[in-house]
Amino acid sequence: MSRLKLSGVSKSFGAIRALENVSIEVAPGEVMGLMGDNGAGKSTLVKIVAGNFRPTQGDIFIDGRKVEYHRPIDARREGVEVVYQDLALCDNLTAASNVFLGREPTLGRAPFRIIDYPQMRRRSAELFAQLKSETRPRDLVRRMSGGQRQAVAIARTLLSDAKIVLMDEPTAAISVRQVAEVLDLIRRLRDRGLSVILISHRMPDVFAVCDRIAVLRRGSLVASKPVSQSSPEEVTGLITGAIETA
Amino acid sequence: MTSIEEVIGQSQHRGSLSRAMNFQAFWVLVAAILACLALTFLTDAFASERNLFNVSRNFAFVAIIAIGMTVVIASGGIDLSVGSTVVLTAMVISVLMSGGSGFWISALAALAAALLVGLLNGILIAYVGMPPFVVTLGMLSAARSLAMVLSNNKMIWEFGPDHDLLLWIGGGSTLGLPHPLYALLTLAIIAGLILRWTRWGQHVFAIGGNEQAATLTGIPVKRLKVSVYMFSAFTAGVTGILMAGWLGSVTTNLGQSMELAVIAAAVIGGANLAGGEGTVLGAVVGALLIEVIRNSLILLGISAFWQGMFIGSFIIIAVAFDRIRKLRSSD
Ligand SMILES: Nc1ncnc2c1ncn2[C@@H]1O[C@H](COP(=O)(O)OP(=O)(O)O)[C@@H](O)[C@H]1O
Ligand SMILES: [Mg+2]
Repeated sequence: MSRLKLSGVSKSFGAIRALENVSIEVAPGEVMGLMGDNGAGKSTLVKIVAGNFRPTQGDIFIDGRKVEYHRPIDARREGVEVVYQDLALCDNLTAASNVFLGREPTLGRAPFRIIDYPQMRRRSAELFAQLKSETRPRDLVRRMSGGQRQAVAIARTLLSDAKIVLMDEPTAAISVRQVAEVLDLIRRLRDRGLSVILISHRMPDVFAVCDRIAVLRRGSLVASKPVSQSSPEEVTGLITGAIETA
Repeated sequence: MTSIEEVIGQSQHRGSLSRAMNFQAFWVLVAAILACLALTFLTDAFASERNLFNVSRNFAFVAIIAIGMTVVIASGGIDLSVGSTVVLTAMVISVLMSGGSGFWISALAALAAALLVGLLNGILIAYVGMPPFVVTLGMLSAARSLAMVLSNNKMIWEFGPDHDLLLWIGGGSTLGLPHPLYALLTLAIIAGLILRWTRWGQHVFAIGGNEQAATLTGIPVKRLKVSVYMFSAFTAGVTGILMAGWLGSVTTNLGQSMELAVIAAAVIGGANLAGGEGTVLGAVVGALLIEVIRNSLILLGISAFWQGMFIGSFIIIAVAFDRIRKLRSSD
């Protein structure tokens, strides 16, 4: 059974058809690369799965069960986590505080509840260890490398026992060495049985880490196939329209 | 045998002295102490009991509001209406007390008026989405005007049956220390604990650091902002009540341009006007430095007209230092 299934999903913004009858499936522990030109509808698709937009038409299924969200928090309850393009971290807080932001564990009774910092540090150290990242719980995010920031953003998703992690261009603005770190992080998520949807413009990244590749062109899905049966040349053709479908 | 985790752990615990020296409040405290020493040698009046009593009381007034301001600034906002909130609360309590009401009920009503000012600021900023600068600038004008309406622009110096109690609370002392200092100490401890140890405190810094991120993680950003402006209005309200008792009379120019001294204190103490940074200790130490400098101008016989120049320069210099630090750390 598929972990995530979109069936006939369309989304219009007024006259703009951002997504057109998209049906796609992602298996548990599968990494799907989502590619397409600017404006092809990739971010829109991710936002629909994340509960930011409601589809104009079509249904979403998680583990075979139809889900309906009204707000992003509903999607999170269904086990969908998003790693945002700009990472959505607070630079002025520590790694541990960012991992637990909005979900800080507390000790004591209301109204005298205090934050359980030791537990936050212990748990985030465990998560960073799982991700094999050198990130330290007490360090300020401001002083971190791009790769460490990614680890913090991704540790957030592990904290909540997510089933599906959506990543919109996580490697867009970081150095080559850091890209390798992020790809490693994605493999760790996959090894833990999570499904990942990775939006990226970087062909080598997608071919390095993804099991399946899906291509959107002007809102329509033109391909969804195992990476092993495709090639960078074919994908480029699909993105530009030189190849109609595959 | 040491594991890699232990080594990492140890490298995080640098000496506490070197940690303190990275802390802006430490250097501001050093500056304040040096200024005090210099004044003690340069003037006869500074170290006199009477002068120290006055300095410590004035310092307490600025410091109490600077704590509220620090929380607002840490959340990424600014509150220009605190000086007007001071006069409004002072006027509410004095009008009620001179009308025959008791101290406690009048004080509660005055604090309620202050909280209402904060609530209105917060709603306009958080829910209507207006810039804090504009909202609180408008409130600066509106709240002072309301105080004038309440008092018919007359001075009030008769506070009814609890007259002496009000004067004792604001102007008296216990164990040689003026009462506003006790209020400051209590507030500083409570605010310090709340900022450091509660989710509310953590979330204040989160929205100051990256409001969008805070929203995405489900933090109730709007409610939180309202509470932040209510807190700063509360500190202004407490000060208004204490000042009424200290002066023994309330006029409508009370607290005029106090917001600048307060913002200067917060910023000198390390509050970052871009949001996300600030400490209670910094606010208190910043207020101390400002008050010592202000006192020194008077004692050294420099015209009081220079005060505004000093406070304004302080704000600009503190922000400039912050910029330089940022530029260096981003290389
Ligand atoms: N909130 C929105 N309102 C109106 N139009 C939008 C909105 N979001 C996206 N679009 C439009 O939908 C189309 C797909 O955009 P998007 O999903 O961001 O593409 P991609 O991420 O693949 O570059 C574009 O034409 C874009 O202008
Ligand atoms: Mg996009």
